[in-house]
Formats: sequence, C-alpha cells, structure tokens
Amino acid sequence: MSSIKNYFKLTATYHILKLLARLAEDFFETLGEMAKYFVKSVFYALKMDFSRKELINQCSRFAVDSLPITLSIVGMTSVIISMQTAGEMVKQGAGSYVGMLSALIMIRELSAIMSGFAIISMIGSSFASELATMRVTEQIDAIKVLKVSPIKYLFTPKVIAGFVMMPIVVIFASFIGIICSGLAAKIVADISWLNYISSLWHGLVLRDINICILKSAVFGATIALISCSCGYKAFGGAKGVGLATTKAVVWSFIAIVVWDYIFALVFYF
Amino acid sequence: MSIKVEHLTKSFRDKTVLNDVSFGVADGEILAIVGFSGSGKSTILKLICNLIKPDSGTITTTGGDIAMSFQYSALFDSLNVEDNISFALRERKDLRNKFSEAEIKEKVSQKLKMVGLEGIEKKYPHELSGGMQKRVSFARAIITDPTIILYDEPTAGLDPVSSTIIEDYIVTLKNELKATSIVVTHQMSTILRTADKVIMLYDGNIVFHGTKDEFLNQDNPYTKQFITASIEGPMKVQAKEY
Repeated sequence: MSSIKNYFKLTATYHILKLLARLAEDFFETLGEMAKYFVKSVFYALKMDFSRKELINQCSRFAVDSLPITLSIVGMTSVIISMQTAGEMVKQGAGSYVGMLSALIMIRELSAIMSGFAIISMIGSSFASELATMRVTEQIDAIKVLKVSPIKYLFTPKVIAGFVMMPIVVIFASFIGIICSGLAAKIVADISWLNYISSLWHGLVLRDINICILKSAVFGATIALISCSCGYKAFGGAKGVGLATTKAVVWSFIAIVVWDYIFALVFYF
Repeated sequence: MSIKVEHLTKSFRDKTVLNDVSFGVADGEILAIVGFSGSGKSTILKLICNLIKPDSGTITTTGGDIAMSFQYSALFDSLNVEDNISFALRERKDLRNKFSEAEIKEKVSQKLKMVGLEGIEKKYPHELSGGMQKRVSFARAIITDPTIILYDEPTAGLDPVSSTIIEDYIVTLKNELKATSIVVTHQMSTILRTADKVIMLYDGNIVFHGTKDEFLNQDNPYTKQFITASIEGPMKVQAKEY
C-alpha cells in the first residue's frame, strides 16, 4: 500500500492536485480574511469610530484623483461604441434609438464597470502598495503598539470612501459618456442632438439609475476592501509589496465582474 | 519586577526561536538583550508588546503603557513629525477626546525637546536623517508616558556619533520617565552606555544573564566569543546565513 502511495507521489497528477489544493486553500483563506476585515470595518463605520480627517483624505483620493483617468476611459469607450453602432443603426432605420442605446449601455453596464477598472488600476493598486509598504516597514506594527486598531485607521475610511464616492464618479462618468457618445453619433451618422437627447429616455427608467448607483457603491467598497486586505497581508520586502499589489488588482478585477454578473442576474432576469 | 517572562517558547514553522526562556526586569532597569542575528531577540520584544502570541509561557507586566521603538523607526511616512508623535493622542479611543489641540501641540513639542529636537514638527520623515528619525520614533513612543519602553536595535545603521547620542537619550528617557527598558542590540557601545543587566541568547536559549560588569568580565565562553567577535567558540554561525 505504501509503495502505491510513494509511486503516486511521483506522478504529475499528484503534483497538479497538490497545486490545486494549495490554490484552493489560499483562495478560501484570503476570502475568509476579507470577510473578517469587512465585518470589522462595518462595525467601526456603524459606531462612527474612525478618523474623519482620514475619511476626507480618502474620499478626495478616490473621487478627485481618479476622475481624469475614469472620465477619459469611459468617454473614449462611449465614442468607440457610438462610432461602431450609430452608422449601422441609421442604415437599419433605427437612427432615432442611438441615444437610447447609449444611455442603456452607459447606465446599466459600461460606466460602472469601466470606472471600476480605472479605479482598480489607479486607486486600488495604490491602496494595496501603501498598506503593503506599511506592513513590511513595520508601520502597521507601530499602529498596533500605539493601541490603535489598524482596521479602524486603515480600512474603515477607505471602504467608506469607496462606497460613497464611487457612485458619484460613475454618475459623472455616465453623463460624460452619454455626451461623448452623442457627439460621435453626430459626427459619424449625422444624428441631431435633439433626436439623440429625446431618445435617451425611451429605454432608460429611474430604476436603472438606482441600480447603477447601488452597483457602483458595492464596486467601490469591494475595490477598497480587497486592495487593503491584500496590502495588509503582505510579507517580505519589495517583492512582497509587488505581489500584494498584483494580487489586489487581479482579485478586484475578478470581484467586479462577479458582482456585475450577480447584479445583472438579480435585477434584470 | 516590572516585566516577568516565564517559560516562553515560540516557533516559526519548524524553527524554534525561543525555547523555555525565563527572565525578569526590575523597575527602572535597562536590560540589554544581545545575540547573533536570528537568535530571537526581536521576537521577545514583539511578544512583550503583544504583536505576536507565544506558543507557551507567560509574560507579566506591571504599570501602564508599553511603548516600542522599531529598528527602522517605522514612522508613518504620509504624516508629518507632529502627526506621527501625536498619533496615539488623536486616534486612540481612550485618549482621543482627552486633550485639546493646543495641549496636543504642547505635548508634542515637549517630547521633541526631550529627545533634543525642536522646530521640526512640520517636516516629513523622509526629510530627516536616520538619527533624527530614531529620535522622533522615541518621541512618538513616549507620548503616552509609558512605564515600559522597548528598543529594537536603536543604533543599527547609525554612525558612531549618532549612536552615542541615541544611547544617551535612552538613559535620559529612563531617568526622566522612570521607565523600565529593554534594548535589543548587537553593538557593544550600546551595551556599555545603556545597560544595567544583560541577557545573551543563542539558539533560542539564554546562555548568559547577569550585570553589565559580569557580562564584560565573566569567564563565559559565549560572552567572550561575542565580545571578541570571534568565529571560534561555542556559537556556530553558518557562513551561508550571512
């Protein structure tokens, strides 16, 4: 029996299974830690026990600092979509629905997900590398020795900032996206502004905007939580900081897409 | 006894870093913990200030706060000197609303004066020299008037003159705050200028515990090897570890 075991340990199957087991363990461990940090962050948020100054700093960082890149990405994407669809829709006799299509795409899907991606790459990565650097330079240990909760000081203001500021960024990005899309429709397919704007509300309802706001808030809190968690658990030196940042970006991208799927499933099917 | 450590054991994965270590530090005493790199010196400090948990054994401390100065200062680089030093006063739950803004500023400048630095409140850590960063980290550590101060390699990486200044401030802070201190160090000058008692660690065990004079004069093969920095002796160091 033991010889079979030893033989099995030499096979590729054993090594693949071992790798998968380690990946699964790492996945569930990270998920568990994030849940723990989330519960603690919410606890401090509900008790209003966090630094107001730090919250203002993080809100400014989340919304103001990320705005140029977010608006650029959403604006350019909307122009490309309009360029690809407006001409074709006019040919098919649906030119009066270009505005509706743009608004639906922007509000229901594109502005939240594209803003999410922009914020992950700009703010999420910066949260992760900041906390990871604090970890490897013992700054987080110093916070603990000074009897301040690192979760309260580092996580809570960032998670609240993400939850509150992300919808503002997304609404602003949607507005810019719709304007850019209209501009492209005018240039590419000669669709008048009046025609474009009057068709905006053909498919869009207030519920879509509410869902967009809720989804953006969840995206923002998720990005902040994942980025902080990955940075907080960093170890080693510069390499550890790099690995934590990569992990934060990858996990955030996946989480955003999964949330997007859940929202689509729950609210539109 | 201000600090009492009994039968402390700590392992990281397969490696036992501390093996049934026991010692005590009397009120107002400075204890130097010496030993080779990786002998568990810093681990003892982290266990005392509850950053990590022991596998077994107990640590009893009397009095109020425990403060720690970290090896690389660990100043918050996004905050200026004033915000670094006042961090506990502004963020700690039991202290947050205890002091007015004017009192906080007064306390910060008072602590900066104690470590020989004045007028640098608005500077950021990266604008300070290594020795100044250390002293700011001392000021941050003593802002709550702790009864126990732990120093993790306070003179590592500093030039001899800066080291002497830091060593003198360790003694000054002990005298002014009547604090009990533990200094983890490799440097003989730090032991000579600050310590009342010395503990030497090797392979997770205490191989010497006595006064500074005994450390310097006793016929102990471990202390002799450490003082003479000899490769020959009971302590075996693998070249690949360095």
